[in-house]
Amino acid sequence: MIAPEARPALAAKARLRFDQTSGGYLLLYPERGLALNPTAASILKLCDGERTVDGIVEQLQREYGERPAPQLRQDVVDFLDEMARRGLLQVSG
Amino acid sequence: MSAPRPYTLVAELTYACQLRCVYCSNPLAFARHKDALDAAGWRRVLREAEELGVVQVNFTGGEPLLRPDLESLVAEARRLDLYSNLITSGVPLTRDRLLRLRRLGLDNVQVSIQDARPDGCDRIAGEEVFEQKLRVARWAKELGFPLTLNTVLHRGNLDRVGEVIALAEELHADRLELANAQYLGWAFLNQPALLPTAAQLERARSIAAAARSRLEGRMEVVFVVPDYYVEFPPACMDGWGRRFVVVSPDGLLLPCLLAHTLPGLEFGNVRDSSVGELWASSPGMSAFRGEEWMPEPCRSCERRAVDFGGCRCQAFHLTGDAAATDPACSLSRDHALVEAARTGASRRSSELVDFTYRTSAVHAR
Repeated sequence: MIAPEARPALAAKARLRFDQTSGGYLLLYPERGLALNPTAASILKLCDGERTVDGIVEQLQREYGERPAPQLRQDVVDFLDEMARRGLLQVSG
Repeated sequence: MSAPRPYTLVAELTYACQLRCVYCSNPLAFARHKDALDAAGWRRVLREAEELGVVQVNFTGGEPLLRPDLESLVAEARRLDLYSNLITSGVPLTRDRLLRLRRLGLDNVQVSIQDARPDGCDRIAGEEVFEQKLRVARWAKELGFPLTLNTVLHRGNLDRVGEVIALAEELHADRLELANAQYLGWAFLNQPALLPTAAQLERARSIAAAARSRLEGRMEVVFVVPDYYVEFPPACMDGWGRRFVVVSPDGLLLPCLLAHTLPGLEFGNVRDSSVGELWASSPGMSAFRGEEWMPEPCRSCERRAVDFGGCRCQAFHLTGDAAATDPACSLSRDHALVEAARTGASRRSSELVDFTYRTSAVHAR
């Protein structure tokens, strides 16, 4: 599981792109693409290799204040774990 | 039916290539299809494809590096925010040119490696290229590119799939495509020399599966089975005219790499019409889109929305009828043709069979 002090960044092969057609974000990588829901896109936009997982959760809490903090944290950690498992995140720190 | 949104443009910049691979995916008569689009023409194709919804472009061929204007196309793809992938043999390429492409915004480099051993690689390619390929793979990583390695598997190298995986790890590939040859075009011509046995395939598949788990999160390992060994065919190109739009070197807008070799289909050329018009309404693009064209048993099969009837080119290669159910499907009335090929592979001794190398001498069917 990704650590609270880890600093995730998108893997070199992955790129976020706003999609005019759907109005959402796509995560593009070789031969594939993922259509992201708004929360997933917000999380990945914060994965800049500088912010920690804790920092990402704090930032999201400001944006999505109505969600209980423990639940939001769990959602973020689960999502980042899944992205790392797919090789779409680099995790340092 | 109305045309769905394509996501990927396959830009076949030229059919020219210094290699002569015995399973090349270009048409047998590739030499008849001369390069017809200049850089301005290709940049327009990129823009029109992006307007249509395309978000990824594969620059391929033939060998796309043989186009001296590749740089301007990579720059245009970046300007359009398309994810760009260079699909190359690595021949000819210098480190300087690769650096230039990196600075222009190329996203990913895919290098073909025909085998883990020089003699096996060069025998398939018909040229001594193995060492150059390794250099290109190393340069790609040094320059910060994500690296995909693609190895086409067949009876001559399947037993070395473990060595291919080890080589990919040593080269720090981000993705390894272990794609069995599909028996179309040049590979169909060479099928007796290439088709593996069921036992060979099964051993390789389990080695690849173990590597996929072991390398999860570090290197993506993809193993593609030959259609000749499946129960039900995969959705060829994700379905005809659904996700992929292919433009050939001579400007034909196609649903797949070989559709223009099917008789009686009219595809239209991007020199005469826009990508959007041809995608939506060229007669060839409409021919096998959706389900109306399907014969039985596809028409009433619950898998018809999963595999879209399989591969039209495979149906044509094996039965002479592009509208037949893909004979790779166990439910096809022509499935015995595929079973016979498998039986042939199991009876053939492992000694070397002569290859027909890719050549510009036009083959007539």
